[in-house]
Amino acid sequence: MDSFLMCPPDYFGIEYEINPWMRLSNQSDPGRARSQWQELHDVLTGELGAAVELIEPVPGLPDLVFTANAGYVVGNVFISSAFKHKERQGETPHFDAWFQAHGYNIRKLGPGCIFEGAGDALPLGETVFAGYRHRSEICSHQELAEIIGRRVLSLELADPAFYHLDTCFCPLSAGTALYFPAAFDDYANRVLQENVPDLLALSEASARQFGCNALLAAGTVVMNTGCGDLEQPLADRGYKLRMVELSEFMKSGGSAKCLTLRLG
Amino acid sequence: MVEETVELKGHIIDSLLLPKVLDQVLARGAEYEIARIDIGVRRSDPSYARIILRTDNKSIMDELLATIKVHGAEPVESEDACLVAADLVGAFPEGFYATTNLRTEVRLGGIWLTVENQEMDRGIVVDTTAARAVCKPMHRIAMGDMVVVGHRGVRVIPAERREWGTLFGFMNSDISPEKPKLALVREIARELWNCRSEKKKTLFVGGPALIHTGAADSLAYLVREGFISVLLTGNGLAVHDIENALYGTSLGIRLRDGTPVQGGHRNHLRAINTIRRLGSIKAAIETGLVTYGVMHACISKGIPFVLAGSIRDDGPLPEVITDVVKATDATRDLIRGAHLALVVASTLHAVALGNILPAATRMVVVDINPAALTKLSDRGSFQTIGIVSDSGLFMRQLVETLQEGC
Repeated sequence: MDSFLMCPPDYFGIEYEINPWMRLSNQSDPGRARSQWQELHDVLTGELGAAVELIEPVPGLPDLVFTANAGYVVGNVFISSAFKHKERQGETPHFDAWFQAHGYNIRKLGPGCIFEGAGDALPLGETVFAGYRHRSEICSHQELAEIIGRRVLSLELADPAFYHLDTCFCPLSAGTALYFPAAFDDYANRVLQENVPDLLALSEASARQFGCNALLAAGTVVMNTGCGDLEQPLADRGYKLRMVELSEFMKSGGSAKCLTLRLG
Repeated sequence: MVEETVELKGHIIDSLLLPKVLDQVLARGAEYEIARIDIGVRRSDPSYARIILRTDNKSIMDELLATIKVHGAEPVESEDACLVAADLVGAFPEGFYATTNLRTEVRLGGIWLTVENQEMDRGIVVDTTAARAVCKPMHRIAMGDMVVVGHRGVRVIPAERREWGTLFGFMNSDISPEKPKLALVREIARELWNCRSEKKKTLFVGGPALIHTGAADSLAYLVREGFISVLLTGNGLAVHDIENALYGTSLGIRLRDGTPVQGGHRNHLRAINTIRRLGSIKAAIETGLVTYGVMHACISKGIPFVLAGSIRDDGPLPEVITDVVKATDATRDLIRGAHLALVVASTLHAVALGNILPAATRMVVVDINPAALTKLSDRGSFQTIGIVSDSGLFMRQLVETLQEGC
C-alpha cells in the first residue's frame, strides 16, 4: 500500500522569500490553503486508498508542510536533510524526532554538505536521479550513493524557478517519467535521455503549473490543476490524472509532491 | 604556468560530470591531464578521477576551480613545500625530503617546479629567487641552502612507459632467462640505432668480464661507430683491455684460442706498469703503443669516460679516479640527459649507476647471473629491463645485428 507523510498547514504562510515563487506581497489565504491541503489528503486516503501519516505542525516553521524536503527514505533508513536556508533549518529536529519515534534508522550526511531530501533525489528503478545547483550540493549525491549502494545520477538544474528536482522531473514507473527539458542543462538532458526510456516532456504551461510536482498512487498521477494537456499522454501509458487545486501552495513554490513524502 | 589538481568522485561517467568538467576546462583555454581514473566495475560502483589542470593565468584558474567545484571537482589540498636553511656544510637539516629517481615537482608560491638533476636518495635544494629546485647529494650542501623538509608540497610523477616504444613495451621488467634473446637483441640494436640517428645520449657501463669473454672488439665497434656517448667503468676493464692490446691476453688467457699463457697472470700488472710509466692511457695511445681496443676507441674518438676506482684495484691506471665522491660527481656530470644506459657484466657499476640515474633514463642490464639483475630491481631501479646472457655472446650478437642494419 502507498503511504505518505504529510503535515497539516496550520502555520503555513509566506513569511520569507527563498525561491522565485515566494513574494511576501503575495500572501496565501489560510482558509483556502487548509481546504486545498485537506482535499489532497482526502484524495490520497479516500479515492486512492493510501495511508497518510501526519507530523505535528510547529509555529514559526511555515514550510514544514513540504514534507518532501524532510529527507530521503529508503526502507527503514531516513537520511535527514541539511537545509540550505536558515529559515528551514529549524525543521530538521522535528522531522528527525518523528522518524526516530517511528523506528527509522536516522542517517546524517557529512558536515557542510547541503541536501534537501526527496525534493532533490528521486528513485526510478535501481537508479536514483538527483538534482544540484540551486539547493542540494553535488557532494550529497556521492554520500547518498554510498549509503544506499545504488547508482546516483547527478542532474544540473538550470532554471531557478525549478529549484528542486521534484519541480521538473517525476518518475512514474521504471522506464517512464515526466520532465520539463528547459529546467535542465544540456548534460542533464542527455543523461535523462540515455537513462529513461520513456520521457514525457511537459509543455511550459503545465511545467509552470508544477505538473512535474506530482505523485503516483494506485495508478493515478496527482498534481495541481491547469495540467489538463497531460491527461491523454498519461492515459496512453495507463495512468489516470487527478488534479487538485493547490494554488495557495504554488505561492510558496510547492505543490502535490512537495506536500508529501513517500514512506512506502 | 599555474597548476592545480582536483578530484572527482561518484557516478561521474553516467552523470556526464567528467566530460562536463573537462569541457569547462577547455572552454577557458586551460589544459587538463587525467592523472588517474578508476571506473566503477558495476553500475552501482562509483568512479574516481584525479585531474591536473594547467593554465597560464591565475585568475582563470581561480574562476575555473570555482566553476567546477559546483560539479563536484574538489581541489586536492595543496600547499607550498616547507623549506629549511641548511645549518651545516655537507648535511641536510633534520626531516629532509629524500628523493626517488622519478620525476618530482615542488610547489613554491602556488607554482609547481620540476626538480632538476633528478636522482634517488638525495635532498632537494630550492633557489627561491631563481624559482629552481635541484637534487643535491648530502656532501654538496652548502651553509644556508634552502632544503625541502617533509612531504608537503612535493609530488612524484609516476614513470611513463608509453614513450618507450617496443623495446620496453616488449619487456615488462621481469628478469628471466626464459626470454627470446634474439628478438630482444634486435630491439636493443634498433634502440641504439635510433639514439644515434636522433643524437640521444647513450651510456655504456661494463665490467672486465667483457674483455675476458672476448667482447673487446664488439665494444670498441660500438664506440667507434658512435653508438655509445659515454663509457662508465672501473680500473679492471681498462686494464684487461690494454693487457689484450699489448699481449693478446686477458687475465693471462690468450683471447684468440682461450689457452693460458706461461706467466700470463703477470700480464695485467705489466700492462698497468707500462701505462703508469708513460703517465696515462692517452699517452700510450698517442705514442702508438696501444693501437686497438676499447680505451683506444674512446680516446681516439673523443668519447668521454669515467674509470671509478675501488679498494681491490691493481695499479690503478692513472686515469682512475680514486676519490669515490669525485668519481660519483664525474659520473653524475656525464649522465645528464641520457636516454638509454646499456649495462653489461658489471653488478657493482650497474647498482651504482642505478642509484644516480633518473627514472627517465632506461637501463638495459645484461648479466650471466640473474641475481645481479634482481639486485637492481630490489634497490628500486625499476626502469630496468634485465637480460640473462653471457656478455661475450650478447655483444657479438648485438654488433652483428647492427652491422646487418636496423
